[in-house]
Amino acid sequence: MNLSRLRSMIRKEFVQMRRDPATLRLVLIVPVIQLLTFGYAIRTDVRNLPTTVFDQSHTQESRAFVQRLTATGNFVQRGEVRSYAEALRQIDEGHVRAAVVIPADYAQNLKRGRTAPVQVLVDASDPSASQSAIGAAQLVGQRLNLEIVQSRVGAATTIGQAIDVRVRPLYNPALKSSVFIVPGIIGMILSNILIIITALTVVRERETGTLEQLIVTPLAKWEIMLGKIVPYVFVGYIQMTTVLVAGHFVFGVPIRGPLLALYGATFLFIVANLGLGLFISTLGRTQAAVSQTAMLFLLPNVLLSGFMFPREAMPAPAQWVGALLPLTYYLQLIRGIVLKGVGLTELWPQMLALAVFAVLFFWFATRRFSKTLE
Amino acid sequence: MSDAAPVIEVQGLTKRFGKFTAVDDVSFTIHRGEIFGILGPNGSGKTTTIRMLCGLMTPSAGRASVAGADVGTQPDQVKARIGYMSQAFGLYRDLTVDENLEFYAGVYGLGRDSGRIAWAKQAMRLGEIGDRLAGVMSGGQKQRLALASAMMHEPQVVFLDEPTAGVDPAARRMFWEIIRERAAEGTTMIVTTHYMDEAERFDRLAFLTRGHLKAVGTPTEVKQAFGGGTLEDIFVSLQDAEA
Repeated sequence: MNLSRLRSMIRKEFVQMRRDPATLRLVLIVPVIQLLTFGYAIRTDVRNLPTTVFDQSHTQESRAFVQRLTATGNFVQRGEVRSYAEALRQIDEGHVRAAVVIPADYAQNLKRGRTAPVQVLVDASDPSASQSAIGAAQLVGQRLNLEIVQSRVGAATTIGQAIDVRVRPLYNPALKSSVFIVPGIIGMILSNILIIITALTVVRERETGTLEQLIVTPLAKWEIMLGKIVPYVFVGYIQMTTVLVAGHFVFGVPIRGPLLALYGATFLFIVANLGLGLFISTLGRTQAAVSQTAMLFLLPNVLLSGFMFPREAMPAPAQWVGALLPLTYYLQLIRGIVLKGVGLTELWPQMLALAVFAVLFFWFATRRFSKTLE
Repeated sequence: MSDAAPVIEVQGLTKRFGKFTAVDDVSFTIHRGEIFGILGPNGSGKTTTIRMLCGLMTPSAGRASVAGADVGTQPDQVKARIGYMSQAFGLYRDLTVDENLEFYAGVYGLGRDSGRIAWAKQAMRLGEIGDRLAGVMSGGQKQRLALASAMMHEPQVVFLDEPTAGVDPAARRMFWEIIRERAAEGTTMIVTTHYMDEAERFDRLAFLTRGHLKAVGTPTEVKQAFGGGTLEDIFVSLQDAEA
């Protein structure tokens, strides 16, 4: 271990990074663009959820409720059904994505000042699409409540809840929200950009011939490797913080759990990805070949890690592949910490998995790196 | 020119890749301050020999010691005591002259204020261009910068792999001037080249073909061993024999 050698290596990487504005842009601006793209795409595609109505009340009041609901723009009425079972079947078969169930005594309850329950069934298998529908339904309930309660105050009746809109999310009872996506974006951006950049930085040294000069110096292989990744740990932290802050202010993502735990978990995740990037860089001799190989790893990252689709819904082989991706564990960590506010007492298995990945990838990479130099 | 002290001793050095023998039972000795040429057509085993002497490859058989360290068992000591200048410009084009030198100073454990960077720039005629990016320099300047970073840590042995390929005559002349200055001060220079006019002026030479050592000695001795002719004639005849 020689700190002076390592320090020289790290300083050199930083200077090179500064000289390369294209990469700097990639590193700092792309995360924000991706955040905005993903964040807004998810907001806009949830309008006009096809909805059926099971109205047992058949009153002016019940029709007014449905009208208020469709006026939000989240729901579009597609016919009516005559039974609860039929409503469920229509959702099952995918004809509609939501159903409003109004009990027979709805109007009566309202008139008598009792709480009138209404049920809204929502297909929540696509959590990002269902979330705003659910929110809208609840909001309609609250608004109507307020109006009705206020009118009752005028009539000097007791203040209470008038309409009780009960939303029952089907298939996805944990009710994953749309803010769900932002922590996921952090994980995916860190993973993809860090893998590509590290994979390219080593192969670039090979292509330009500077690696040949490096290996005849007393620099140890792992010193070269470590020197390459340390600067990108900083880059990773900058990216993560940027997206987290932007996500908080633009999309209102709460940060409920301990930040220290989040940054600790992120460290392991960054190192694991850098190790993977280094490993990929040893699989090819040109930048073109290596970026192709990197793509091979990036696609499963997006599709199988649980970033886009819930892992629970995947067939077993896809779940196995997902279990080999650091991103899978990091997503559980960051969502747990940021959204649910849990700490490392609950999430230590994921931390352990990331630590194992970090050590393994780095070890593999150094081994293969040595071999390719012979 | 050659002091008695051998700085490189090679005995029965052999490297096999599977069934192919790239270097076969090669032995020679190089003395302190010598300019020693390793010559031969492409594929003759020059590069493999040099890679073994630099501690980058482990010999399959035989042994070699460089500046007192065994290349097979002490590659790290070897690396600390040698300098290496690759055929392709091996420094960072996106760093300045000073930044490149500072980087290699750090890699070889030289303090920033050891004065070695200033020495290197002065000795390699790089005085006024410290803040220029290496990528925009002329071929001759690049070559001298590469030599500077290979010699900053005062290595006992410097390996030069086709150092003057693609450099104009004036720059070549300046380069050899510097090499002879450094050799006169006791640094041993191991050179591969395709320019036989340069090789004529080396202290001693080794000719390799197909992994075998054909001749070793002063240019005159080598020419006699091949029965006369110029070095270029010998080189061409060896290359024809290959083909």
